[in-house]
Amino acid sequence: MTANLRRRKLFSRFFEILCGLAVVIALIPLAMILFYVIKEGAGAMNFDFFTKMPKPVGESGGGMANAIVGTLILIGIAALFAVPVGGICGIHLAEYPGTKFSSVVRFAADVLNGVPSIVVGIFAYGILVLPVKRFSAIAGGVALGLLMVPIVVRTTEELIRLVPGGLREGALALGATRSRAVFGVILPAALPGILTGILVALARVAGETAPLLFTAFNNRFWSTSLTQPIASLTVQVFTYAISPYDDWHRQAWAGAFLLVMIILTLSIAARLAVRRLERMNRS
Amino acid sequence: MKRSSDDRSFRIGTGAFAALVLLIVLGIAFELTRQSALSITKFGLKFWTTSTWDPVSGDFGALPFIWGTLYSSILALLLATPIALGIAIFISELSPRVLRQPLAYLTELLAAIPSIVYGLWGVFVLVPLVRKLELATPAAFKKIPLFSGPPLGVGMLAAALILAVMVIPFTSSVAREILKNVPSTQREAAYALGATRWEAIKVAIGFGKSGIIGAVMLGFGRALGETMAVTMVIGNSPQVSASLFKPQYTMAAVIANEFTEAADELYLHALIEIGLLLFIITVGVNLLSRILIWSTKRRAIAPPVVTPTPIVAEEVAA
Repeated sequence: MTANLRRRKLFSRFFEILCGLAVVIALIPLAMILFYVIKEGAGAMNFDFFTKMPKPVGESGGGMANAIVGTLILIGIAALFAVPVGGICGIHLAEYPGTKFSSVVRFAADVLNGVPSIVVGIFAYGILVLPVKRFSAIAGGVALGLLMVPIVVRTTEELIRLVPGGLREGALALGATRSRAVFGVILPAALPGILTGILVALARVAGETAPLLFTAFNNRFWSTSLTQPIASLTVQVFTYAISPYDDWHRQAWAGAFLLVMIILTLSIAARLAVRRLERMNRS
Repeated sequence: MKRSSDDRSFRIGTGAFAALVLLIVLGIAFELTRQSALSITKFGLKFWTTSTWDPVSGDFGALPFIWGTLYSSILALLLATPIALGIAIFISELSPRVLRQPLAYLTELLAAIPSIVYGLWGVFVLVPLVRKLELATPAAFKKIPLFSGPPLGVGMLAAALILAVMVIPFTSSVAREILKNVPSTQREAAYALGATRWEAIKVAIGFGKSGIIGAVMLGFGRALGETMAVTMVIGNSPQVSASLFKPQYTMAAVIANEFTEAADELYLHALIEIGLLLFIITVGVNLLSRILIWSTKRRAIAPPVVTPTPIVAEEVAA
């Protein structure tokens, strides 16, 4: 082996090790965040957290019952808006993939996906808060729904494309119309995957804070009214985190713990479902 | 023909929903412009170049926020890009097959953690660490503008660090995708010429160069619009400074902090104009990144390799 080759091999080894090191460096913050969220959050978690209302400053204890329900209501509204819009849009893109219109829409969905969530919040504020001069659960839910739409579009399109082409061709060959083929054969085959994709999208928007600050706002009291300001886990965690009280900090960690657990569970479930679908496609 | 009319109404019906997605994007642009009209007409271009932010006298200039957003995002990019590319290369080219999926999944988990959780972690874990680092900085260093400022912990450095972590999964997953799409003939040709492993990887990177730049820009777009985590650790003090240790402010953070306090219309319009600029910048950056990624992918798939037909012995004989 010449000295030159030896040098090149050494050089190659060196960069390979650097790349491995990059993976380790990225996993350190992940491990740290999960460690602190579990350490601080799990300890602060108790039954009261789920069932009690926030206590006034100075009184310890209490929970986030109103914020948990608020988040559920908000993501419910978001799903009601985003699933039909995004789902049917995704079906269109998957069924007519090559048209100019489809590429423009696909592009628009990509753009929407890249718009900062706070900007989407301003849009929801402009169309739903400003005209009635009141923060509301509806406005917050729609803001989250707008953020969900591009994710639902993409998941639906991708999963419909994963459905074996033979199924579509078989249905069409038997004389089914396009809509019968889609809703009767293709969509049911892709449904488990799409549903988990929707759950992941829900988990994603449940973790959003910025667009809620001036749409759903916050509410210290129990409220399930859609036209009133409503509390949410994320805004509550934010309020508690920047407060000076130790007890509130503990609650903030507990809220973060709950959010992370929900998201981890859903993303693992989705991963398993997609893998199953891919395996089905291969066989 | 019942069938074809059915098919047409299906196409138009689903198309209407698809058009709605398009309308939403146009609606955002329209609404942001409409709601910032007062500020746009009153301040014009001066809005982007001056630094006064005085809600009481109704005088607004957004320069410090633009500076803070660009500076923090660029710093984050400098930190995140080598790491993200290292991850992409490791997972797609070097890692043992069994580790690929789990490693990809773990790095992408970084993208799943909500911004507010990053912020919470930032406030209680990262900021104290940064403060320790600032306290340990020798006085001689403090004279350099880059390291000047009080050891508060909150400030540009903490924001850039947290942004870097948040951006890594986006850049690395797209870069990984690009590398996966590089035709294996590229690497094989390099090996055939006697390249080492790293030299072959360099060839693959060269092939996907514009796509990888696209991946980096996608991360940049994410960093520009990131709100909560940055708001919680950057210190929220509007100033144009190169210092890593000084508290500063970003466009998204000022909107998050002051939007509900904006009592008069001009104040609100000024904040929305910042949102409008943020929208324009992020859409521009994303567009460019998509085009770069898309063109690389197309190039990777498009040219079919022409294999010369093997000469069969009989043909030669004939």
